[in-house]
Amino acid sequence: MSEDLGFLFALLLNGVSIGLMYSLIALGFVLVYKATDAINFAQGEFVMLAGLIVAMMLSFEGMPLAVAVIVTLAVMIGFGFGLERVVLRPLLGRPVVAVIMATIGLAAVLRGLGPVIFGSETRAVSLPIGDEPIVLGPASLPPIQVAGAVVAIAFFLAFSWFFKKSRMGVAMRAVADNQQVAQAMGINVERYFALAWAMAGVVSALGGIVWGSMLGVDVHLALVGLKVFPVVILGGLDSIGGALVGGLIIGIVESLAAGYLDPYVGGGTKDFAPYVLMILVLMIRPYGIFGKRKIERV
Amino acid sequence: MFHRESGVFKTTYRADMALYPLPIAKWTVGVLALIFIVIVPLTVHEYYLSILNLIFIAIVGALGLNILVGYTGQISIGHAAFMSVGAYTAANLAVRLGLPFWITLPAGGMMAAVIGVIVGMPSLRIKGLYLAIATLAGQLIIEWTINHVPAISGGAQASIQVERPSLFGVSFNTQGHLYFFLLFFAVLAIVATLNLVRSRIGRAFVAVRDQDIAAEIIGIDIYRYKLMAFAISSFYAGVCGVLYTYYFGIANYEQFQLIVSIDYLAMIIIGGLGSVLGSILGAVFVTLLPIVIRILMENIGSLFFTGAEMANVISGLRLGVFGGLIIFFLIVEPEGLNRLWRNIRSYFRVWPFSY
Repeated sequence: MSEDLGFLFALLLNGVSIGLMYSLIALGFVLVYKATDAINFAQGEFVMLAGLIVAMMLSFEGMPLAVAVIVTLAVMIGFGFGLERVVLRPLLGRPVVAVIMATIGLAAVLRGLGPVIFGSETRAVSLPIGDEPIVLGPASLPPIQVAGAVVAIAFFLAFSWFFKKSRMGVAMRAVADNQQVAQAMGINVERYFALAWAMAGVVSALGGIVWGSMLGVDVHLALVGLKVFPVVILGGLDSIGGALVGGLIIGIVESLAAGYLDPYVGGGTKDFAPYVLMILVLMIRPYGIFGKRKIERV
Repeated sequence: MFHRESGVFKTTYRADMALYPLPIAKWTVGVLALIFIVIVPLTVHEYYLSILNLIFIAIVGALGLNILVGYTGQISIGHAAFMSVGAYTAANLAVRLGLPFWITLPAGGMMAAVIGVIVGMPSLRIKGLYLAIATLAGQLIIEWTINHVPAISGGAQASIQVERPSLFGVSFNTQGHLYFFLLFFAVLAIVATLNLVRSRIGRAFVAVRDQDIAAEIIGIDIYRYKLMAFAISSFYAGVCGVLYTYYFGIANYEQFQLIVSIDYLAMIIIGGLGSVLGSILGAVFVTLLPIVIRILMENIGSLFFTGAEMANVISGLRLGVFGGLIIFFLIVEPEGLNRLWRNIRSYFRVWPFSY
């Protein structure tokens, strides 16, 4: 009996740490949606791009990790700004479907050209944290998962401070709430749109480093992005807290499904259960746990 | 008569909706029929016929997706999954029960339509972004199910070998034979779509797309038409999947992954949303593009890349160029190649006078 409980505890712990790492990526999605009402289908590809950059930087001889991280952050911020300017701004005021398809196109561009530019082999991102598993009672966690979870929590604290206290954060909330009124109050709406994409770039950079060092960096890293959708649908598309809670739930569901269902169906339920849960949520409560009830039903 | 009109002179709705808008259209159709039925199969090399065959299959799928996305305005990222449903239904029927293609083909389409309606159910409550995500989930769940249930996928490698179709004892097992087989279905799909979009159903689809609330007020049962759009679109997708299966002689889930859904979205965006000609142009363009890229890379790219890297570079470039074109057309010319074609035509219609 206690062995069963120990197994359950191990699965839950694993689910929580993976879930926190999911919510880190989902945060990038939520930030963009909250501020600009645009849906980023390329979030996973952002993460992949960041992973590719950091892996390339680290492959140079004697490159300190800090420099690699800073360069990646800088490139991703620049990428976020540039993207908003070139792709998203011309599509302002066009139907939602156009923006969705544009980000799908963007995902294809990044996924197609990423390996052409950076090479298609799988690269390792080695962080100086060792790989001796950390033992917690009956469970053990690889240190990278712990590091990822810590980074995710730190980011959530930082962003909740940013949105509550800082001037920019308040302005951004105003933009998200009502663009016209925000503009009338003298807020440069377009600048905050660009800022939202740059912030998505920052989050993705961190996500790319953490996920990249766990899974290795190649095109398949972008598949992590597909897990963003269950997370944000569950938590609510425009809720930062929702990204956190949704990530935890999806992480735990995935881990439990892998632990208890895989032996019966021959593996792979990990990639299946989150989407079933998402469909159920879409049918019952499409705006998620914390989302605004702004669904148009026609 | 061999002339086009110099302006819009239609005075009745009937004339505006006619299948042949002008007398010359009948001649155009006749000439096209002559080219495609007689001249092309007699003169064109087998390799080019195989490209044409792929284009014919793509046209069927693109028309289906355009009915849903272009005409009804319901986005779907799960088109490839519906193709796989059709493909595996037909493959199982053909192999296990030995049924001929004229039963498996509609059966595959019907099965895809049923699954399509189930996946389209959320569209009754949600739209836009949420629908995109729901169809994405549909794609991933169907892909996973086919891959993990041996009863559907035939076990090893999730692929089923299928014999080439045959009719009256003639087996379509060369590119030349398959050419007529696929041409027939491509033409059938084109004519069916042309007739669909000028009927009550087609106009209801457009009304739902343009203003769903207004459509409901003038008496269009939105739920019914949305589900109908999903059913028809998925039927086309299923037939397209069956055609792929017969063309390659194998049903394999790798031909129907998420990336294929994006290829088809690229077709209708590049070709032109809400237009039959656009679907055709898009299917031609998207099928030819990788071939052009491959030829270019084999000639020029060998200067930069070694042979082993080449395959990766070509598939990467292909995806990248598709994505870039999707963005380009969305920003610059949302009505796609179809609009460019119309611009050219209306320029020459009044040529040499500019208006």
